[in-house]
Amino acid sequence: MSEAELRALVDRVRRGRLSRRRFLRLMAAAGVAGPLAARLLPMPSAGAQARPAFAPTRRGGGGPLKVLWWQAPTLLNPHFATGTKDQDASRIFYEPLAAFDADGNVVPILAAQVPSIDNGGVARDGTWVIWNLKKGVVWHDGKPFTADDVVFNWEYAADPATSAWTMASYREIDRVERLDSHAVKVVFKRPTPFWADAFCGARGMLIPRHVFEPFKGANSRDAPANLRPVGTGPYRFVDFKPGDIVRGELNTAYHVANRPFFDTLEMKGGGDAASAARAVLQTGEFDYAWNMQVEDDILRRLEQGGKGRIVVWPTGNPEHIQLNTTDPFREVDGERSSTKTTHPTLSDAAVRAALNMLADRGAIQEEIYGRGGQTTANFLNSPSRFYSRNTRWEFSVERANQVLDAAGWRRGADGIRAKDGRRLRFVFQTSTNAPRQKTQAIVKQACARAGIELELKSVVASVFFSSDPANPDTYGHFYADLQMYNVGMNAPDPQVFMAQFASWEIASRENKWTGRNITRFRSDEYDRLWRAAETEMDPVKRAALFIRMNDLVIGNVAVIPMLWRNGVGAATTRLQGMDLNGWDGTLWRLPYWYKT
Amino acid sequence: MSRYVVRRLLIAVPVIFGISLVLFTILALAPGDPFEELATNPNVPPEVRMHLRSQFGLDDPLPVRYTRWLTSMVRGDWGFSFASRVNVDTLIMQRLPTSLFVLGSAQLLGLLIALPIGTYSALRPYSVFDQVATTLAFVGFSLPTFFTGLVFILVFSIWLDWLPFIYRADIAATGWRWWWENARQAAMPVAVLGLFQGATLTRFVRSAVIDVIRLDYVNTARAKGLSEGVTVVKHVIRNALIPVVTLLALQIPGIFTGAVITEQIFRIPGIGSLLITSILANDTPVIMAITFVFSCLVVIFNLIADLLYGWLDPRIAFR
Repeated sequence: MSEAELRALVDRVRRGRLSRRRFLRLMAAAGVAGPLAARLLPMPSAGAQARPAFAPTRRGGGGPLKVLWWQAPTLLNPHFATGTKDQDASRIFYEPLAAFDADGNVVPILAAQVPSIDNGGVARDGTWVIWNLKKGVVWHDGKPFTADDVVFNWEYAADPATSAWTMASYREIDRVERLDSHAVKVVFKRPTPFWADAFCGARGMLIPRHVFEPFKGANSRDAPANLRPVGTGPYRFVDFKPGDIVRGELNTAYHVANRPFFDTLEMKGGGDAASAARAVLQTGEFDYAWNMQVEDDILRRLEQGGKGRIVVWPTGNPEHIQLNTTDPFREVDGERSSTKTTHPTLSDAAVRAALNMLADRGAIQEEIYGRGGQTTANFLNSPSRFYSRNTRWEFSVERANQVLDAAGWRRGADGIRAKDGRRLRFVFQTSTNAPRQKTQAIVKQACARAGIELELKSVVASVFFSSDPANPDTYGHFYADLQMYNVGMNAPDPQVFMAQFASWEIASRENKWTGRNITRFRSDEYDRLWRAAETEMDPVKRAALFIRMNDLVIGNVAVIPMLWRNGVGAATTRLQGMDLNGWDGTLWRLPYWYKT
Repeated sequence: MSRYVVRRLLIAVPVIFGISLVLFTILALAPGDPFEELATNPNVPPEVRMHLRSQFGLDDPLPVRYTRWLTSMVRGDWGFSFASRVNVDTLIMQRLPTSLFVLGSAQLLGLLIALPIGTYSALRPYSVFDQVATTLAFVGFSLPTFFTGLVFILVFSIWLDWLPFIYRADIAATGWRWWWENARQAAMPVAVLGLFQGATLTRFVRSAVIDVIRLDYVNTARAKGLSEGVTVVKHVIRNALIPVVTLLALQIPGIFTGAVITEQIFRIPGIGSLLITSILANDTPVIMAITFVFSCLVVIFNLIADLLYGWLDPRIAFR
């Protein structure tokens, strides 16, 4: 394939005439490997949005939409919405400038169009971005939505006294300038390749200045609008009982013509996931239920009634086993798992390689998670342009035995391998959660066959995931040899996500174990790559940097990725148009939901 | 009498104070963190969490936190929920009507079952009716409410598809429809709790009536020619109910705590489900307030039971 042909193809992808997947397939046919081909494509922005299948000619008429969140929303201010439940509930009423679709493309919502280098909206050096706002948008109270509101949201969220969970997205902004009534210029403190963080997606929902102005900073808790939202969204606020129910009614002045479809919306909270699945799949009392953390077998049985179906979509969240690089059982300067130590047995590359081969991802996916995940060898799995094709996983007790034999680990009388008096015996911990305990058991069995003894430990989730510096059982302390859980990626850009292997992020007593590098993995090369990606504006080079980071972590077996978790929801058969993805909230396409 | 009440109330003060101290200490010692979700989200800088902790006073030493809680409680300020940042008293008042409606109806149902069945069983002890009633009563109070709740859901919602199993506090309807919808959704939780209560009470009513019916004055009543109905209603039940009434008063706080699981199963937005979600979210001010209210209820209803007993049975004197 000649360069000219190639350029033409890339151009067609950019203009949306050719799908990315089709492009990759064509390239594969021409003998260009997937990862290389993917790197040829520009970072998708302004992506051609697929036209919705359903084109109504008037607003409303769809009756009530009833959705079930088994964790009930507790507040409705998007800047305080710490959990997904609160972010989703806020999304009924509030909207960001732009949202993300399944490929991580930026889709305009309150912006007139998506800024790009081509249309002069993004600086070549990545230091600023200009957002043009959609005109004619009004808040639910009738006041117009303008550039002042956008500026205000930055001031509000970046103020440390507000303690907004969105702070990280806004504090990297030097200033937000109002260019005219419907245009703002966001100037970053440093070059920012991922400029679509602030004002986009779940962290980008905008609150009105005229309502929240008196409640900035320390008295932000007192704002009555924290519980009575005034937004621009498809539904207007009717009623909210924290921990129970949110109700909305059709916004007759919504800025998208002929949307939304439903006349009222009700989000009920509470209970448990299994009975929520029943209420949708079996009795049809509700139209949609969120986060179906229920075993796949049960879901399949509930689906047989034919009233509803399970919907799945890939996220960026890997369920993985972490290998401690430090010694969890030796105390140095008042802390265990200190970076001043190295692990007595896990520091041997052969042991780590053997463990990697003893995790039976196939069986775990098939027997336990079903549609809840896909097997993977990578820590960084999506969007597809960051997926490394250089890694692969295999499950082989035989090969693990060979590797350990070759490295001089001999079986003792009890069948457990040892070398120089150090036995291969590990404490493997995770949170209390049925699928995780089953996974532990599968790994333990395979390890036993290779002469490695695992002691299984499970910690109650509220303790395991807590940040209490005094509790030695949290995942951050990592006072065990191995541990397993799932980390959220939450953004279509891996910069923040991949910081969890950077040496300055190591969790320690000094930072009260708030550091996010839990494995205590240290590599100068990794640090360098991460720093380079932070400011690299060429999307192809940047993707290559992340793939290199992933390969470094996987090559060293710092972690054993098991599954790339899927988002799982339950919907009645008639409910359509949800377009769910792992980068934005469940309700990001709420105006386009409809029933057949 | 009034001196007795005053004395009991004065004793209650240190008791409640002690309870609050114990509760607070246990909650403070329990592991967990109200900002757990912030801790696990890589996109939230740890400073946000640290700032919230210090803003909400979680980093202060325990005695300081307790004194602060106590002084504001005395002034009538219940604090605010860490999760929703709403004042705790507002949250509780939102939930209270639903809880009272469901628990009240259940208690009423329990009484309606227990009184006639218990009395009739006692009048004809060891008859076929008594045997059947006793067996059912034993079955009733040995089955935990979470089990009967799930069975009810399976039978009435899923197999028969008659009743909804998700409770909604605000039904968008008026007039008869509103009553009908409410009755439909309350039917299962009320039945679950009411049958359980009824089973326990039946046994009490039965033994209380048996105790009384053997007494001489009942024979006297019959001897002077009163009809059986008048004897039972006017002479037997009135006296037999004295221990039952006090038992009811003692049970009321228990009903509140016992309904926690039922509320969770049927998604009833009552006090109990608020307590569960707060415990799961480590929302200390809400847990503290609800458990504190529960313990106050225990203390107060104990006093009420004692007073009722004396009022119903003049032989008992307050000293």
